[in-house]
Amino acid sequence: MVSPILELKDINKSFGHVHANKNINLQISKGTIHGIIGENGAGKSTLMSIVFGLYQADSGTININGKSVKLKSPRDSIESGIGMVHQHFMLVENFSVLENIILGFEGELVFGKNLEKAKKDLINLCETYKLNIDLDSTISDLSVGFRQRVEILKSLYRGAEILILDEPTGVLTPQEVDELFKILRSLKEEGKTIVLITHKLNEIMDLTSEVSVMRQGEMVGHKKTDSTNKEDLAEMMVGRSVLLRINKSSAKQGEVVFSVKDLVVKDDLDVTRIKNVSFDIHEGEILGLAGVTGNGQTELLEALSGIRKIESGEIKLFNEIISNQNNFLDPRILKEKGLAHVPEDRQRMGLVTDFKAYENLIFGYHHQEPFSKSSILKEKEILSFSKKVMDEYDVRPNSPNLITSNFSGGNQQKIILSRELNENPKVLLVGQPTRGVDIGAIEFIHQRLIDMRNKGAAILLVSVELDEVLSLSDRIVVMFDGNIVGEKINKNVTDRELGLLMAGVA
Amino acid sequence: MENLADIASLLNSTFRISTPLIFAAMAGLFAERSGVIDFGLEGKMLAAAFVAAVGSYYFNSPWLGLVLAIIACVSLSMLHGFASVTHKGDQVVSCVAINILMIGLTTALAAAWFGQAGLTPTLKDNQRFLEITLPFADSLQNVPIIGLIYSDIISGHYIFVYIAYLLVPIVFWIVFKTSFGLRIRAVGENPSAVDTAGINVFSMRYKALMVNGVLIAFAGAHLSTAVNANFFREMSAGRGYLALAALIFGKWHPKTALIACLLFGFTDALQIRLQGVPIPGIGLIPVQFIQATPYILTVVLLAGFVGKAIAPNAIGQPYIKER
Amino acid sequence: MTTVVDKTKVPWWAANIIVPLVNLVLALLVSGLFIFIAGENPLQAVKLIIYGSFGYVEGFAYTLYYTTNFIFTGLAFAVAFHCRLFNIGGEGQAYIGGLGVFLVAINFSFLPVPIVWLLAIAGAIIFGAAWAFIPAYLQAKRGSHVVITTIMFNFIASSLMIFLLVDVIRDTAQMGPHTVALPKELWFPTFKDFAHLFGMKIRYSPLNISFIIAIIASFFVWFLIWKTKWGYEMRAVGHNTQAAIYAGISPYKNIIIAMLVSGGLAGMLGINEILGVHHKIVAGFPAGYGFTGIAVALMGRNHPIGIFPAALLFGILYQGGSEVTFDMPNITRYMFIAVQGVIILFSGALENLFRPQIESFFVNRINKENPA
Repeated sequence: MVSPILELKDINKSFGHVHANKNINLQISKGTIHGIIGENGAGKSTLMSIVFGLYQADSGTININGKSVKLKSPRDSIESGIGMVHQHFMLVENFSVLENIILGFEGELVFGKNLEKAKKDLINLCETYKLNIDLDSTISDLSVGFRQRVEILKSLYRGAEILILDEPTGVLTPQEVDELFKILRSLKEEGKTIVLITHKLNEIMDLTSEVSVMRQGEMVGHKKTDSTNKEDLAEMMVGRSVLLRINKSSAKQGEVVFSVKDLVVKDDLDVTRIKNVSFDIHEGEILGLAGVTGNGQTELLEALSGIRKIESGEIKLFNEIISNQNNFLDPRILKEKGLAHVPEDRQRMGLVTDFKAYENLIFGYHHQEPFSKSSILKEKEILSFSKKVMDEYDVRPNSPNLITSNFSGGNQQKIILSRELNENPKVLLVGQPTRGVDIGAIEFIHQRLIDMRNKGAAILLVSVELDEVLSLSDRIVVMFDGNIVGEKINKNVTDRELGLLMAGVA
Repeated sequence: MENLADIASLLNSTFRISTPLIFAAMAGLFAERSGVIDFGLEGKMLAAAFVAAVGSYYFNSPWLGLVLAIIACVSLSMLHGFASVTHKGDQVVSCVAINILMIGLTTALAAAWFGQAGLTPTLKDNQRFLEITLPFADSLQNVPIIGLIYSDIISGHYIFVYIAYLLVPIVFWIVFKTSFGLRIRAVGENPSAVDTAGINVFSMRYKALMVNGVLIAFAGAHLSTAVNANFFREMSAGRGYLALAALIFGKWHPKTALIACLLFGFTDALQIRLQGVPIPGIGLIPVQFIQATPYILTVVLLAGFVGKAIAPNAIGQPYIKER
Repeated sequence: MTTVVDKTKVPWWAANIIVPLVNLVLALLVSGLFIFIAGENPLQAVKLIIYGSFGYVEGFAYTLYYTTNFIFTGLAFAVAFHCRLFNIGGEGQAYIGGLGVFLVAINFSFLPVPIVWLLAIAGAIIFGAAWAFIPAYLQAKRGSHVVITTIMFNFIASSLMIFLLVDVIRDTAQMGPHTVALPKELWFPTFKDFAHLFGMKIRYSPLNISFIIAIIASFFVWFLIWKTKWGYEMRAVGHNTQAAIYAGISPYKNIIIAMLVSGGLAGMLGINEILGVHHKIVAGFPAGYGFTGIAVALMGRNHPIGIFPAALLFGILYQGGSEVTFDMPNITRYMFIAVQGVIILFSGALENLFRPQIESFFVNRINKENPA
């Protein structure tokens, strides 16, 4: 066997009392595409951030081309030939492509000769790898797919021999994914080594020759991709066989209780993000909304929940118009009318993380009885309520007085769910309910949503996890570029069909 | 002709009055472009004014006074960095602390050392910067138009005035045409991008604060060793805040910030002229109202023209790498 | 390497009492250094401060008089800060609040005295709040940073008041820029008056019943911030504006309310100064108390229970400080403004300087006592 280009030995890393990486060993051969797969929170990104010099391991060694290296900062890693494309792009939005790429590697204090040379080199690189990027365009004008190419070009310009990509497809349409994979294959042809971090099994099977599986901070196995299959990998990832679809009875669809007609919504920068969207939700059903991130889901949820004003069209709750171009009811009134909202981003919107847990458990309902009376908060009632729901939703630790930021992601999500579901809403808007949540909590959350449906609630489930949409929804609509591009009954649809719709091709 | 002379003298004062604002705005530009809020310009300006006056008095050299003022201001900027960059403390609180500390300490020490109710001793001519008459200014005095512009408006300023106006294109050049400027701008927009490019975010912010300290020192020295011949208490009189408003109004760009500083300078020059002069149709405006115009103008400018989206993206946020 | 502390195990007193005390000690050490640089003996200064503020009844009464002012301005800063607003315009709001007290008292002096007092208190609150309104509105609607606008409003308030005192409401019989005195029956009873009732013979001190009003205001603020839905909403907006919008809480409304309450509290300084002490408007009567409120609030961690001892500490520094300035020619009251700056630095901006070390010290001790 050829000696590995990158070798990790006994890497350990802890954040506080969270042991994110435990005794990790890994060998990556030169010129291969090596997959690292694992659930959210398995420690993949932490491990690769250590390789990229962003974090320092508490113990362990890293060898590159057989030589031990100390990677104390990204600079060390870059100089050792490592490049990384992060999940959230590391680009300065109002800089040009060129400025972003030379940042840190300008080669001269005053821009002049080296800048010209850099331009030439970059144009050559673009041609070699068919990247097709205009160096003078501003990042904020580029689509997500192009931004990712800028990131790849940046790494190549800095002389990367090993390119790490952290969940590169989460923000891409299937076509963009195809384009990316083409680029990655051609990089491999040219002798580069690629490390692909993902939690998507299909990508591993498509692209890699070797795969390493991580679970809860540990490396649980290494396989040749040819000699394994999805089911085996899934079992290794989760530690037991996976329930891909939750057991649920068929829906007892009732009246339409929530309807959206000809909706147009703009974002903060005045860009139209929802172009013309109509759909209905019935009592007792879950309507899944699938789509790649950034196709208008965020703005849609904000418009439906009374956070964002709409440009035209109307939104009706129980036949009452709650939003049109002139007016919209604010979230407080909507909550009183029986519309609850679990927002996509719990830290940014769903919680005040500096509040105590009990304060978050009444957030948005704090003005109602029994939590307050004549504007005075009723502490006793709030605390006894909090203890009760934290028990019911198995929030750990069960201490209402603890500051919310001290809870894990899954438990924070349970705090939001218990709050929003407690009032038995007639209509429930749910965004990314299990993002960054551990497996046990995912099942729990899914079961709660099904229970709500069975009790007759109308649920809109917005998720970028296709599996989640498929496993929970009764009907599925697909959103692409601000439009609903298809509607399917869940029973007779495959993920392939949905994938095509999400790409805007079908 | 009298009107023309009036206008010339008004413009002359505008350039002089704008000078400390320009230094302060450029100083603020470096800090804020790198993502560090600087409400502390006021306090640093005071510190510089005090140190420059005292240094110049003891060492009989205004230049040495300026150097000491630079050292003082860079130290204060480093303190701001220590609190808000290294220890991730609240940047506004740190600035307020520096301002109040300097209002107190400068006057307290002036009183302790010179016992004159917080005044430093009056500087002799060799201890301060004097007005510079440019070459040929005297001989061109009587040439129409050119004489007016060259001799009456451009010539006859303190050295800091010329430095300030040279500074603006240099700042522009540094910020937009050098790798240092590129890194400063990047660290204020997206520090993670800078970190992953192998540049230390903290050291970039410290460097920006160092430049900030050097520049703000000039503003203070101008006040106490050029325009005035001593330090007196709270002599910065809100100029640090006005400069910051000019910077914000100028959208963190050197050129537009310069224009805003000139606008403030002009308003101030005008208000000095207008004191005690009846205005046709209105009559005599009480002097207190006229004196308040720069402050009112600041509020109006900030209210009328500032959008939120244009500030450096990462301003005010400490950089936290580990989760 | 940063020390990571398991926050759930930190005892509350370590986080809320030990850490602030350590910060305070550091600030006082640095302040001692300043006094040394000014050419005086810091220990001697401490002695003078303690004697001046506690050593005799009138001195202590003076201490409490200053404390009264700092409670008002400290509470003012704290309320706005809970909504994440830096109201550093307490000085101007206090100035205008004083105008409110005076105008109401002089114009309604025909009414029974207790009613005039109540109206004057309302005047202080309304005028102070009104002066905070424009910066509040501009912050809420236009995003103009409240730090700059409130500072500008301090300058504008000062110009306005000088104009009024020189041209409009000046006591023309006198030289200085101040108004006529209020009728004697409207003056707040002082500590001396009470002491005399009980047969104690003491000399004059400015301590008056405003002190009790300040204590009541502290209770009010505590109740407002922690026990009512308004306080809850202000804190939500302050911590996470987007989450507040999601929960149907209007940032706009809360920014305005927080600033109005804040301005009103700052305005109440006028009660102590006008009804209790000067009995007329004197140019520049807020004398920096508004700024001191920032240090008081930050040291008191923006909680009324913390603000009271912090205000008392500054009362001691002011009163003891005047003793120092009397005995030590090299020390002026500006030295104590510098001390405020140092305290803001250590209790505010550098509050986390030694927090990780202190907290992990106590967590380790607890872990040792009860091994898991």
